[in-house]
Amino acid sequence: MAILHIVNKSPYERNNLASCLRLAKAGAGVILIEDGVVAAADGGKFSGMIKDAMKDLKISVLGPDLDARGISRDKVIEGIDVVDYGGFVDLVAEYDCPQSWL
Amino acid sequence: MSTVKKFLFLNRKAPYGTIYALESLEVVLISAAFEQDVSMAFVDDGVYQLLKGQKTEGIGMKNFSPTYSALGDYDITRLYVEKESLEERGLTVDDLMDLKWEDEDDDWAEKDSIIVVSSAELADIMEQQEVILSF
Amino acid sequence: MKFTVQVNEGPYQHQAADTAQQFVRAALEKGHEIYRVFFYHDGVNNGTRLTVPPQDDRHLQKGWTELAEKHGIDLVICIAAAQRRGIMDPDEAKRQGLDADNIAPGFRISGLGQLIEGGIQSDRTIVFGD
Repeated sequence: MAILHIVNKSPYERNNLASCLRLAKAGAGVILIEDGVVAAADGGKFSGMIKDAMKDLKISVLGPDLDARGISRDKVIEGIDVVDYGGFVDLVAEYDCPQSWL
Repeated sequence: MSTVKKFLFLNRKAPYGTIYALESLEVVLISAAFEQDVSMAFVDDGVYQLLKGQKTEGIGMKNFSPTYSALGDYDITRLYVEKESLEERGLTVDDLMDLKWEDEDDDWAEKDSIIVVSSAELADIMEQQEVILSF
Repeated sequence: MKFTVQVNEGPYQHQAADTAQQFVRAALEKGHEIYRVFFYHDGVNNGTRLTVPPQDDRHLQKGWTELAEKHGIDLVICIAAAQRRGIMDPDEAKRQGLDADNIAPGFRISGLGQLIEGGIQSDRTIVFGD
């Protein structure tokens, strides 16, 4: 069963993203929401970790949360899918089980 | 209710600094009444929830760690503890409470509830779950 | 699909309640069913009718109440968490000998079993928290 991992915290603040990526299996999905969206911006300390993870995982980011934080779409790491709340719902339906990293 | 689902309760926080450890334990105990396939995972600071020797008089809070010992009686017999989380914190399974359950299918033999697993093993376990509750 | 949504945090302090509400609305728009929204930990504070947020900002409690009234969404507040944090309906307040209740319209107080039952009956259970 493929999991949709949901990460809502910045990797600069918490280890939620690191733990998520350590425990996510190939074929799983990850969606970055709320403060977690900062990880989607390229050029940061964690960009390498994200790009590495993208080899095995499909990573998405919640667009409205990017917009709220002033992170423009052209700053988003290439290959990360920007979705709206409807897209978020679709992802939860598409994967077998959501897992929130709180 | 004949549906049996695999429920995993994910714990990542130390006890007492926040209420999540205590209140998540309350959910786990209630889940026993629904005869589901329940297990718990302790990752990152969640491993501290299982540390033995918790003394809370000094902070004026109720010590709820004895409740973990009751889980076996409620048929919650699989407490997965991530090895990497323990090691990162300089801990071993010997630092954790000695939690047991009695296996009625094995002549009531006493078995350990705490199962130390690697990240890879825990990832496999998580992938099998149908409902994952985080606190 | 049927969704059960768990909300672990109170209104405004964390984005969790907002994200949950947005998720619920998006799910309904897509034709999915929200089986239950279960409020746990500080999430129970979404269910007080006594909030007076600034007029030019969203009113989270009214948002929940509207979802209950317009779409029949089952908003359940955990009784144990509610007792700890002082969210009371008239019956519970009377039972506890308290001089007031504060529950908002559309919410009901019930046991933790409702969360587990939601997980059993739904296709997906999603948690919003800290």
